[in-house]
Amino acid sequence: MRGTATGGAKRSRSAPYLLGLPALAYLGIFFVIPLVTLLKMSLSTNVGSVYEPTMVLDWHWANYSDAFSSYGAQFSRSFLYAGIATVLALLLGYPLAYVIAFRAGRYKNLLLGLVILPFFVTFLVRTLAWKTILSDTGWVVSLFDLLHVPMPDGRLLSTSWAVVFGLTYNFLPFMVLPIYVSLEKIELSLVDAAKDLYSAPWRAFRAVVLPLSLPGVFAGTLLTFIPAAGDFINAQYLGSAQNAMIGTVIQKQFIVVKDYPAAAALSFVLMAMILVGVLVYARVLGTEELT
Amino acid sequence: MGDEGVEPEESATAVAAAGAGSRDTIELDRVTKTFGDQIAVNDVGFGIAEGEFFSLLGPSGCGKTTTLRMIAGFEVPTSGSIRLAGADVSHVPPYKRNVNTVFQHYALFPHMTVRNNVAFGPRSKKVPKADARSRADEVIRVVRMEDFADRKPGQLSGGQQQRVALARALVNYPTALLLDEPLGALDLKLRQAMQLELKRIQREVGITFVYVTHDQEEALTMSDRIAVMSEGRVEQIGSPTEIYDAPATVFVAGFIGQANLWPCTVVGARNGTTSVEALGATLTAPSDEASPEGEATLMVRPERVRVSATDPRPAPGVNATVTDLVFQGPVIRLALAAADGSEIVAHVGSDHDLPFLRPGDEVTASWDTGAGRVLPGRPPAMDADDYFDEELAEDWESAPR
Repeated sequence: MRGTATGGAKRSRSAPYLLGLPALAYLGIFFVIPLVTLLKMSLSTNVGSVYEPTMVLDWHWANYSDAFSSYGAQFSRSFLYAGIATVLALLLGYPLAYVIAFRAGRYKNLLLGLVILPFFVTFLVRTLAWKTILSDTGWVVSLFDLLHVPMPDGRLLSTSWAVVFGLTYNFLPFMVLPIYVSLEKIELSLVDAAKDLYSAPWRAFRAVVLPLSLPGVFAGTLLTFIPAAGDFINAQYLGSAQNAMIGTVIQKQFIVVKDYPAAAALSFVLMAMILVGVLVYARVLGTEELT
Repeated sequence: MGDEGVEPEESATAVAAAGAGSRDTIELDRVTKTFGDQIAVNDVGFGIAEGEFFSLLGPSGCGKTTTLRMIAGFEVPTSGSIRLAGADVSHVPPYKRNVNTVFQHYALFPHMTVRNNVAFGPRSKKVPKADARSRADEVIRVVRMEDFADRKPGQLSGGQQQRVALARALVNYPTALLLDEPLGALDLKLRQAMQLELKRIQREVGITFVYVTHDQEEALTMSDRIAVMSEGRVEQIGSPTEIYDAPATVFVAGFIGQANLWPCTVVGARNGTTSVEALGATLTAPSDEASPEGEATLMVRPERVRVSATDPRPAPGVNATVTDLVFQGPVIRLALAAADGSEIVAHVGSDHDLPFLRPGDEVTASWDTGAGRVLPGRPPAMDADDYFDEELAEDWESAPR
């Protein structure tokens, strides 16, 4: 009897690893292998033609320096747009998540449904819809004209505003949902306790609710910033050549120009920059939480 | 204890008469709270003296927690007023009231250390960081948690979290400390230790404690006075001995301790005694100005019932048949059936000269006249020992009468 019991305990200890195995194998095949291929490609030279590329791994580090020197503007624009979009999504998303978590009452599920609703229509289609809405002949521009709202060059489409707007719009749910989850977990008695201990509503929020919701803010900003920094749809359809982002460049290099080594090097640079940014961000937010 | 029993009663009547300007720290005046069409607290009024340990006792849903939350400021009374130290605070938010709450599940801030939790109140009041810290450390010592000051609540046991919650409230020197079933989440042994600890701390700091509990034993052990609540109303306010020996209503008699509750008919009152017909006999009980007439309930505590098998029987006495006999350690619990079929429960101590009894034996049950009490209204339709069951008491509480 005893032997069986310990055997069972042993099995359950290894169970988490076994359960994780399929996902690990999947990632190993579909993430690590392409990544290694891409890394090799980024250090290769195309000795074939554009139509029949032949890659030779000749440790061509110049691909990387070219990536920086040729597309520095697009890189910094990407991080700027993604940064602004993330901040806007946070400013819009946090209050929305707060209202859904604490004030919505019986409308909670309805509001959550509305946040998720845009996912039922493809990302691309929604962005194209905005292209029509924001177009020079669209009703928004006419209305702004009528109200004398200043617009850059008298238009909305093909401006950096439109790109940032599109990014904010498209990634807002990724901001709202994680923040909602972390706010939802906060026990209301903690807010009562803060108020009981002489905290006016704002300090109760600042000292208790906000720090406890930081994990959600962290997840939400990453889920917004990372895809926004690499996004190519918004810049392509809502922007112009003047506000192209790095995602657009990578996509063009791969699909139009077919300069695979350059595209691969650009991808790696983007990845590295995001990774460093995230680590710094995690470090800052992590220490903030302790104080 | 005997003398103390009388004194708070006087202060309670004084509050009812005097209202504003009395010496009570907390005063509730005709307070009602409704949620939608649900009446949670119904026309409640009482005063709590400075330094008093005051309990709000009742089954869940009786309005005791809502009453406490109104004193704390989390709920605004629908009507009536609440005064703290003489000032009307009915519409003052909790963060502007000088009372502090110990929450049922402690509500410690999980992202802060014990010290920062305790220093939270002073820091909100803009006490300089160093002062707040030393004050926190001082109170942490009072609750004997100095070895855990740098831990976070998640690393503490239930009892330790309880102490921190207490320290976090006491550090503010509140006018009154409000405790919402603070020991509810602890196991029995720890709960009893914490009861004594709470009493010690209350004596040490001399602050008014308002204690919400559904545990009658806890309330009897710790309180100077108890307000027994049922269905949003205060059924009785008094010292533990008053509540136990002289319950004002059938509900109080059944909720506090164990009680025999028999339907009876009042047939007359004379010279301080009331005659009633119950259990197929004419019995007497002491009467006061509040004694009911007509259909009523006769209450006798099981430990006051004497059982004898011998004739001549002592008067007043009731003939009964033994139906059940259970050894319960300190007492033997005897269930008897009276001539009219009512059940009589008697708790007989081991030092009692009890004749050897078995079910079916004819006996006489008796008690001192002073042990009986005539209460208004009919007893609930349920026999005496079901009554001790808390859940059933709650069911009865919510059932229409």
